[in-house]
Amino acid sequence: MATAVLIANLQKSYGSIAAIKDISFVVEQGEIFGLLGPNGAGKTTTIRCLATLAKPDGGQVEVCGISAVDKPKAVRQRLGYVAQEVALDKMLTGRELLELQAALYHLPPVAAKERINSLLELLGLTDYAERKTGTYSGGLRKRLDLAAGLLHQPDILILDEPTVGLDIESRFIVWEFLGQLKAAGTTVLITSHYLEEIDALADRLAIIDQGVVIGSGSPAELKERVGGDRVTLQIKEFTPQEEAQQAKTMLESLAFVKSATINSTRGNSLNLVVERESDALRELEQSLTAKGWPIFSMAQSRPSLDDVYLAATGRTLMDAEMAAAGTRDLKAEKKQSMNRR
Amino acid sequence: MITQSPINKSLSPNSSFKKDVEPAASPLADFFQETFALTKRLFIQLQRRPSTLVAGVIQPFMWLLLFGALFANAPVGLFGEELNYGQFLAPGVIVFTAFSGALNAGLPVMFDREFGFLNRLLVAPLASRYSIVAASTIYIMALSFIQTAVIVAASAFLGAGLPNIAGLVAISLIVFLIVLGVTALSLGLAFALPGHIELIAVIFVTNLPLLFASTALAPLSFMAKWLQTVASLNPLTYAIEPIRYLYLHRDWGISTPVMDTPWISISFGIVLLILLAFDALVLLAIQPLLRRRFA
Repeated sequence: MATAVLIANLQKSYGSIAAIKDISFVVEQGEIFGLLGPNGAGKTTTIRCLATLAKPDGGQVEVCGISAVDKPKAVRQRLGYVAQEVALDKMLTGRELLELQAALYHLPPVAAKERINSLLELLGLTDYAERKTGTYSGGLRKRLDLAAGLLHQPDILILDEPTVGLDIESRFIVWEFLGQLKAAGTTVLITSHYLEEIDALADRLAIIDQGVVIGSGSPAELKERVGGDRVTLQIKEFTPQEEAQQAKTMLESLAFVKSATINSTRGNSLNLVVERESDALRELEQSLTAKGWPIFSMAQSRPSLDDVYLAATGRTLMDAEMAAAGTRDLKAEKKQSMNRR
Repeated sequence: MITQSPINKSLSPNSSFKKDVEPAASPLADFFQETFALTKRLFIQLQRRPSTLVAGVIQPFMWLLLFGALFANAPVGLFGEELNYGQFLAPGVIVFTAFSGALNAGLPVMFDREFGFLNRLLVAPLASRYSIVAASTIYIMALSFIQTAVIVAASAFLGAGLPNIAGLVAISLIVFLIVLGVTALSLGLAFALPGHIELIAVIFVTNLPLLFASTALAPLSFMAKWLQTVASLNPLTYAIEPIRYLYLHRDWGISTPVMDTPWISISFGIVLLILLAFDALVLLAIQPLLRRRFA
């Protein structure tokens, strides 16, 4: 497999803020590669460096072996870029926007016409092609933007948070379409802060946190690496704090339980990490019953990507989102996206 | 909703569009293609949202009508020779209209920046990003010529007379030169300033003061000494005065003195050179701004 995208020791600061401290990953040709991380982790900045919208402070950015810094035009030719915020000209019809896009990529007019028709068809946009994009719903806008990104049949399609703000049906349409793209041989690089999205779509991924890669590999590999199974246990629907604490102490004394934490946001339920090979549920049930504890619910599962993130950073992705939401300077970010460097 | 098919060839990567591996076969053809497409976009916008053009035609018409009426009873001869104020005013309104239109040229670009549409252009393998500048310039130029035509017609109707064909060509040339420089200035600002609020502020403080500090509304001899100096340095004056001369004289040539400053009188050829120098100066000044964004 040839390398489609190579990012090595990428660094990028805006003023005194280091958006990217050290990011490296490789995307192989033909795969769907995910960049997962909370908002503000540096995903979009990485993408901007790749799409030649921002100039890296240090490190390598290569597309098909071509440096994005030295030969930006050749790189642009190979990339399709679908930004997080869909910027369409609301006065143009869908078809007119695609015609403009085709001219910007220098498609010959006849070929452009065919491409536009086939992509409109493929994305279910034919009925909307002659309407102004100002009248489109969020899902339609995203699909038109996808069509625009694919007009010139790029080697690599970059999607920055493709399903943020989309309704469930549109999200499903986008997911399904990415599957078709992959089957057709187009490499896809997708960023997301939705675990399920990356888990469901990506062949491989890199998890980014605060400007560094904290893990990369296939979803299965990453989960394998954190090890153990997860058990969620509710003693009662809402367990009082001290009861949960007592149960925790008891459970931690069991040989096959590696760790136990109390999840106060979900009625003081207990999250256990147990050994993979153990017959955890049956043994837990026996131990609890023997000590006279009731069981409201109990479920065992393989670790999720969130557990991978938790193991690396000590917090869940959701907590990181919450923390980031409080400290982000959205105005500064907006400015950043307007300015090239 | 989406066509189901296991493998769709039209979704596969295709190298036939990637002529950029080698230096593009015809960068000039590419440049024309993208410039044409970007210009077309601006005209589609204009066609579906013609309010800019409508306002841009109504405003100078109001200037003509209201300023004309304001000085309607001024003593004949006050503005020189056998001139009524309407005749005096028309060249001023022509230049001022072209000037304010050009000064607004940066606004659409600024909105494209703010809405992220510019990023769509910047990630595309444009032959040269100057096509973005070229498209805006062509668009503003076309608007200015439409406006100029309307004002020339309206002032003829209001009794200012009509220059001959050579005079009209010369007027077009002067309008072209002033619009080119000011459009470039505005586009430079659109890339340099942080947002549209700042751009509008700059337009606001530039627009009317430059009008009043020119000979658009009153001749130099009416002005305070210091304002005469300012007006004689104002590029607008160098566009207004030759047009005014063309309106009043059928006989003129490249060496005909067409305007007076407090210091010297200047011939038509020199005026054109001064306007050219103004354009060259602005284009040079915005180079670093554009390169910073476009490199």
